[in-house]
Amino acid sequence: MARTVTTQRKILTTAAAWTICLIIFFPIYWTILTSFKTEAQAINDPPLFFAFDWTLENYAIVQERSDYMKFLRNSVIIAGGSTILGILIAIPAAWSMAFVPSRRTKDILLWMLSTKMLPAVGVLYPISLIFVRFDLLDTRGGLMVVIMLINLPIIVWMLYTYFKEIPGEILEASRMDGATLKEELLYVLTPMAIPGIASTLLLNFILAWNEAFWTLNLTAANAAPLTAFIASYSSPEGLFFAKLSAASTMAIAPILILGWFSQKQLVRGLTFGAVK
Amino acid sequence: MSFKSTLCAATALSLITAGGAFADGHAKTITIATVNNGDMIRMQGYTDHFTEATGISVEWVTLEENVLRQRVTTDITTKGGAFDIMTIGMYETPIWGANGWLVALDDLSDDYDVQDLLPAMAGGLSHDGKLFAAPFYGESSMIMYRADLMEKAGLEMPDAPTWEFIGQAAAAMTDRDNEINGICLRGKAGWGEGGAFITAMSNSFGARWFDEDWNAQFDTDAWANTLTFYKDMMDAAGPTGYATNGFNENLSLFQQGKCGMWIDATVAASFVTNPNDSTVADKVGFALAPDTGLGKRSNWLWAWALAIPAGTQQQAEAKQFIEWATSKDYIELVAANEGWANVPPGARTSLYENPNYQAVPFAKMTLDSILSADPNDSTVDPSPYVGIQFAAIPEFAGIATEVSQEFSAAYAGQQTIAVALEKAQAITNEAMEAAGYR
Amino acid sequence: MATKASRSAARIMMAPAVVLLLGWMLVPLIMTLWFSFTKYLPLRGDSIERGLDWVGIANYARFISSSSFWPAVQTTLIMVGGVLLITVVLGILLAMLLDQPMWGQGVVRILVIAPFFVMPTVSALVWKNMLMDPVNGIFAHLWRFFGAEPVAWLQDASLSSIIMIVSWQWLPFATLILLTAIQSLDSEQLEAAEMDGAPVIKRFWYIVLPHLARAITIVILIQTIFLLSIFAEIFVTTGGAFGTRTLTYLIFQRVIDSQNIGLGSAGGVYAIILANVVAIFLMRIVGKNLDA
Repeated sequence: MARTVTTQRKILTTAAAWTICLIIFFPIYWTILTSFKTEAQAINDPPLFFAFDWTLENYAIVQERSDYMKFLRNSVIIAGGSTILGILIAIPAAWSMAFVPSRRTKDILLWMLSTKMLPAVGVLYPISLIFVRFDLLDTRGGLMVVIMLINLPIIVWMLYTYFKEIPGEILEASRMDGATLKEELLYVLTPMAIPGIASTLLLNFILAWNEAFWTLNLTAANAAPLTAFIASYSSPEGLFFAKLSAASTMAIAPILILGWFSQKQLVRGLTFGAVK
Repeated sequence: MSFKSTLCAATALSLITAGGAFADGHAKTITIATVNNGDMIRMQGYTDHFTEATGISVEWVTLEENVLRQRVTTDITTKGGAFDIMTIGMYETPIWGANGWLVALDDLSDDYDVQDLLPAMAGGLSHDGKLFAAPFYGESSMIMYRADLMEKAGLEMPDAPTWEFIGQAAAAMTDRDNEINGICLRGKAGWGEGGAFITAMSNSFGARWFDEDWNAQFDTDAWANTLTFYKDMMDAAGPTGYATNGFNENLSLFQQGKCGMWIDATVAASFVTNPNDSTVADKVGFALAPDTGLGKRSNWLWAWALAIPAGTQQQAEAKQFIEWATSKDYIELVAANEGWANVPPGARTSLYENPNYQAVPFAKMTLDSILSADPNDSTVDPSPYVGIQFAAIPEFAGIATEVSQEFSAAYAGQQTIAVALEKAQAITNEAMEAAGYR
Repeated sequence: MATKASRSAARIMMAPAVVLLLGWMLVPLIMTLWFSFTKYLPLRGDSIERGLDWVGIANYARFISSSSFWPAVQTTLIMVGGVLLITVVLGILLAMLLDQPMWGQGVVRILVIAPFFVMPTVSALVWKNMLMDPVNGIFAHLWRFFGAEPVAWLQDASLSSIIMIVSWQWLPFATLILLTAIQSLDSEQLEAAEMDGAPVIKRFWYIVLPHLARAITIVILIQTIFLLSIFAEIFVTTGGAFGTRTLTYLIFQRVIDSQNIGLGSAGGVYAIILANVVAIFLMRIVGKNLDA
């Protein structure tokens, strides 16, 4: 970095950034903390920040009531499957829009986004009827396809913006050298596009993981993911903050950990001049 | 690895995953959709007993009440067939039964003793004299109050108080410095939340939803009196933000000792007297829901019941489960393991004849409340509908949710009671016209 | 530059995405349009098998003449606008802060991004019960600690509360996109301006902001689409009471609570129209940045 940064300034920015980030993170921190309290401690006045007996009781109760692993597996399969499926369909589309643009490219992009504008609840009956008709209710495959279609416009969009940043001259040069379309895709484009593809993958995995309308309305016992798991803890009778916190922590932990490890990738992917 | 083989591998892989995913059909088990209330959660814990006895395994889909209602209604109207048993209430059962969407429970075994079901419950879960859902537990509503605070205020709770007395007691018990609210009541929008409470309360003030020609009645004095009394009392003696409080919020407040009185579902009695959850477990007294001397009390009637959707492949198995879960034996099983106070209440006559259960402090008041509620004659002036805190017509849930939103806005002081009632009148008449009643 | 061959190849490559989305859009849309012209009350026994009665534009007329319609449109626009404003403004500031050198940058970034990973239902539940609850919530404790009367957030400041919750969820997204855009800013240009003695505000206005234009456009576009269909946050917190009923929520009430599919479908068609109006409006304002 060319700019010289005084230590004083660095201390200031560090302090400011940490204060803000702790405020933003506080609700999540509080949820995780509460999950280790008893129900009585969870509503203690004044609130307990540190001094309480940590307990795993809530996790035990939640696990006893519902098989976490089953919901987790469904979440992973549905979110992962829909993302991979979406990427496979979107890459060629985004590639052709970015490198062989026509007058209608922008219109098609906007049209794709507009398919997301019909509110989900407005098409609850049509989609439910279709699912019943084709016996897709409560199947992971059916959900995978629906969620893929919901996110496809976003995937195409993101990939398009990444691909657009890849200098066309490089592709042209490789074409001059006699590279076939296949080689061009594989050896020239892919390495340059990997960060963009990776962050698209991640972002869509998160969106699919958090989708809570269709995953609740089109499942029963077999294909229900973590969103359904949460729906059974949201307001039972009696005190429930601690149990809700435990269930919430279990539902967001995998994605939080994934995000933690891929944070660099996520930022780098977006940094790759995607939106300059 | 070449591009082609990578692509082939990826395609094959996704086909396998997809194939596997599409193939997962319904196993040889029954799937039950239920609400996440305490008694149902307990029932899930005993499922193994059922599986051991019959060899039928059970898959549970446990959802929060609103989500459950949305899920099962869509499933039944689109003939989704995702569930073999659905947990539904007294509102849905007669409507769905009339549409032929439920299997009639008219061939239950002799052991089951269908005559033992409380007549009020069996009546509310029937259509044309046929039982369409078996009550798992039933409830009315009653007053739960803090005996210690009542004494401190120098008052004595009669067994059957009037609203006037409740208003005075609420004012006397309120102690803002110690965060004690004289009274906690539902104010939350939603037909099953604040809507149910205010409708039941309005019955005791002589109000009704519709006259005999299905005209909305919100322009009557009876409704204005109900809302004015409610709001004045709650503003003076209710908790902060009562317009967003529903059953759970009030339960939690009462358990923390922050309410002097609470008028709500009789099933709550076992939660507020349970020393594990409640800080006031040994100080709670019970009384009938109040009235104004017009001949109707403000208590409701409700049952959570198990029903079998028509078209399920596993009707016999589902029936077996219902017979097990709503039987006398199940009650005994819970009593043996967790004590009589924790059995599902309000469904069977025999339970209230059992001396062990009569010893439970809230048993008598619960039964008296249930017996004093009559869904077929709930209002002072005649009305064309069945139901106490609801009208058993398909349009009611939608209308009452919107109406209760207007009421909640009035409780919060965002509009006057007169304006809220005017809007309620318009919303109701508009919807009834759309449905072809008027 | 494109040859004929690559053009046809391009068309083939686009085909799967376009065909799938076309199907995904058209099939439900046509069914919705069909239902919107019929009387479809499933609880009264109406079903496709029995045939639906054609009622013309009655549903459309009824939906738009309902006293809830215009307030719902207004609420929708305020909610979307409010969240956009907060996330974009705070997002820019936060992105600029996070771009500065500091200790523990990686940890700070992941903590700031974290809310985006939380399911909407969960975040609504956590905010409602553990932060905003007027008796047991953290805010109530905080208020009491300073001797103030706790606020009944979801009742007295319902719409602002929901905007706050939703902004908390979407701020990370905006920050992330804007941060990556700032990182690609030419620092020499800024330094030169700094040397020339240009004040901070001017540097921001003439150098940083124009550079961020495209990123802001993308944030606004993508967020608008998600925000127009905000649902779980309202469902969990206020249930549509206290002036928080958006158009999406109104449709939910017609379809689920009232079980009036025809009326709800008509509402769905209005929602598409509103979304497109908003989209066109946005395009006019920010769309030109997309070509850059």
